[in-house]
Amino acid sequence: MGQVVKLQQKRLLYMGLIAVLVLIWFFYRANGPQTTAVLAGTVRAATLLALGAMCGMIGERSGVVNIGIEGQFLLSAFAAFTIASMTGSLFMGTIAGVGMGLLMGWVLAGMAVGLKVDQIIAGTVLNISALGLTSFFYDRSRSLGMGKYTNIDLGPLADLPLVGTVLFSRPPLTYLTMALLVVVHIALFRSVWGMRTRAIGEHPGAADTVGIDVIKLRYFNVTIAGGLAGLGGAYLALEAVGTFSRAMSGGRGFLALAVMIFGRRTPFGAYAAALFFGFTTALQNQFQLNSTFDIPPQFVGMLPFVVTIVVVALSGLIGSMRDPAALGQTYEKG
Amino acid sequence: MSDILLGARNVSKRFPGVLANNDVSVHLEKGRILALLGENGAGKSTLVNILFGMYRPDEGHVIIKGEKVDLRGPDDAISRGIGMVHQHFQLVPPMRVVENIVLGAEPIRRGLVDIAEARRRVVELSQGYGLEIDPDAVVEDLPVGMQQRVEILKALYRNADVLIMDEPTGVLTPQEADHLLGVLRELTQTGLGVVFITHKLREVLAVADDIVVLRNGEVVGQTTPDETTESGLAEMMVGRSVVLRVEKSVAEPGDVVLKVDKLSVEDDRGQVALNEVSFEVREGEILGVAGVEGNGQRELVEAVTGLRDLSSGAMKIGADEFTTGSVRQISEKGVAHIPEDREKHGVIGVYSLDENSVLNRYHRKPFSIRGLLRRDVIKRHAEGVVEEFDVRTPSTSVPVSSLSGGNKQKLIVGREFSDDIKLLIAAQPTRGIDIGAIEFIHRRILEQRDKGAAVLLVSAELDEILGLSDRIAVLYDGQIMDVVDAQEANREKIGLLMAGITD
Repeated sequence: MGQVVKLQQKRLLYMGLIAVLVLIWFFYRANGPQTTAVLAGTVRAATLLALGAMCGMIGERSGVVNIGIEGQFLLSAFAAFTIASMTGSLFMGTIAGVGMGLLMGWVLAGMAVGLKVDQIIAGTVLNISALGLTSFFYDRSRSLGMGKYTNIDLGPLADLPLVGTVLFSRPPLTYLTMALLVVVHIALFRSVWGMRTRAIGEHPGAADTVGIDVIKLRYFNVTIAGGLAGLGGAYLALEAVGTFSRAMSGGRGFLALAVMIFGRRTPFGAYAAALFFGFTTALQNQFQLNSTFDIPPQFVGMLPFVVTIVVVALSGLIGSMRDPAALGQTYEKG
Repeated sequence: MSDILLGARNVSKRFPGVLANNDVSVHLEKGRILALLGENGAGKSTLVNILFGMYRPDEGHVIIKGEKVDLRGPDDAISRGIGMVHQHFQLVPPMRVVENIVLGAEPIRRGLVDIAEARRRVVELSQGYGLEIDPDAVVEDLPVGMQQRVEILKALYRNADVLIMDEPTGVLTPQEADHLLGVLRELTQTGLGVVFITHKLREVLAVADDIVVLRNGEVVGQTTPDETTESGLAEMMVGRSVVLRVEKSVAEPGDVVLKVDKLSVEDDRGQVALNEVSFEVREGEILGVAGVEGNGQRELVEAVTGLRDLSSGAMKIGADEFTTGSVRQISEKGVAHIPEDREKHGVIGVYSLDENSVLNRYHRKPFSIRGLLRRDVIKRHAEGVVEEFDVRTPSTSVPVSSLSGGNKQKLIVGREFSDDIKLLIAAQPTRGIDIGAIEFIHRRILEQRDKGAAVLLVSAELDEILGLSDRIAVLYDGQIMDVVDAQEANREKIGLLMAGITD
């Protein structure tokens, strides 16, 4: 029975994909520059969401809810920006962002896994402290003298119409994120680490009886996942915006969780969802830039969030995804 | 000595307030089956957990293959060839059979799990031992007997020389249980040793080579199936002679008290748990509901007692027909309920015996007047229950959580039986309690029947069903396969029905 359902879902997926491609072609023929701009914006907005979603899914697959991604984005963006402006090196800034993400992941693991604090509270602590710390230490006079990460053209691929601009002429962290999607997918579903990770998220007791150290693996995973969110922070400050501003993560850490759930806690699923949400963001920007319609900008700005609410509610109704069985539970031995 | 595969010598283990194991010595030889027998709380689990490295003994030591060892954890025991099949399966439900078997000891190729190699080894093992299984099946889709097979293969994959089986037959039909015992017998032919933990005397006599009986944390007897009988073993377990089968007179059924008509109910996940079930229970008779657990028994009891909504169908208690009713409305009709999960639905642990003894009628006179409880009346009532139902407790003011399972159960039975009852719904009334208390509760249930109450008895213990019931309904996959007269019923017949087989 499950096989048939899977087959039907796959068929639906392919049909949807073809429909989207046809639509894009149609729009491209009608208005090339605008279509290119919207799709480029889509990929840009999706990168941050994909990184956050990967951070979330590695945690949740191991049974740990991470609602502190928002805070991890923000503090990592701050660290990346500060170090980059101090050293004058975007690369050093990126390393600092990832490092800060790892550190915050480790702190979250310490609270949620080690001290067995309620996972929602532990995540909230991250969010609040990140907002407080960055607001307090933010130095308005700093700037990135050397500018932000710039686009790298991938040889002749970049000259292709539409896809060249959208996919093959991007800044480095976007390429890195795409590569990480593949790496995380293989790691989660093919490696020993991934198999054990999924086991401790579903039935930590079973993993324990075959000699897997549940606590240690959860510590490791939540910390590593933090690194991905840290990369997201670096991307935000050094590639997407090129500066730091107060509360600049703007709720996208939470949006990343919606993306993760909608993408069924798989990297590719999450990327598809991220593109979808990214598209609404890009569309909103485009609407605000050329005021074709006379809609107040505040309402247009709501678009991504309204879509989030509708989509999450709908996916809840469909109920197609089951949470890992041990999600949110601390593990006690014996 | 060198033939000892696994053993404990003079092992003691203390937990706060309890001496769980006191100077226990047992040993298992190559190719033999050792049965550990004892009531709940006798120390079987503690002993096994020590043998498997989950606990460290306070005194004494574990012997593996003739050598003293100091086990640092289960992985240490596993690497020394000890495999354990837990009572609650330690499998990851959404993962495939092959993944579950190799988890923690995965074959690796180029840094990734070599699933092809894993599948090859699993197939080889399952064919070698005659334990057929589909390696690509998802564990949660498999029936319980198959899941147990996965657990056994999991141990064999790790080259186990000893298999510890903790209450392995509790979740199986009699036929599946017999099959398992056969499998264990065959496995010993290859030199494997088996430690078999159970409280079912019949199985011990059927399969064990050596029997060790534990009571209050101590070894009270060592014997073999040839030297003993069921009642001999029971006496060793309890420490006095016990009546295994309660004497009962022939039932004299009267009017229909409970009529269930095409009842359909969903389980917690929204799946159909009961599918158009119909039956009747009459005054002065016991209708036993047999079945492997998880075939709709829980939902049936919850529906009849008002704890769960019906999806369709109707019920009639006495003359009142109803499709929805609160628990209280139903209870006021003279329905008593001994719930399956006494901690969750039977007592409130932090409340005293006084308070627990009136949970079903504290709101009525004489226990409360104008919304205020009358402590003195309640206390007298509780003391009456404790006296009559032989609840062992220092006082009625202590919290119920301090009582043993058997005493909690006797308190529940006492509370439910202290009014005149028309209908008694008893779900797993003797689960996890000692033989003495079982005997007591069985007699009380029969007493209610003889006083004219209709009794619906739901139990996973087939012996209990066969011993008490006047008629037996068998539930399988949410449907009643058949209702048989107790006189014509036997283990084989009921067992086949429990497996969904009708001829």
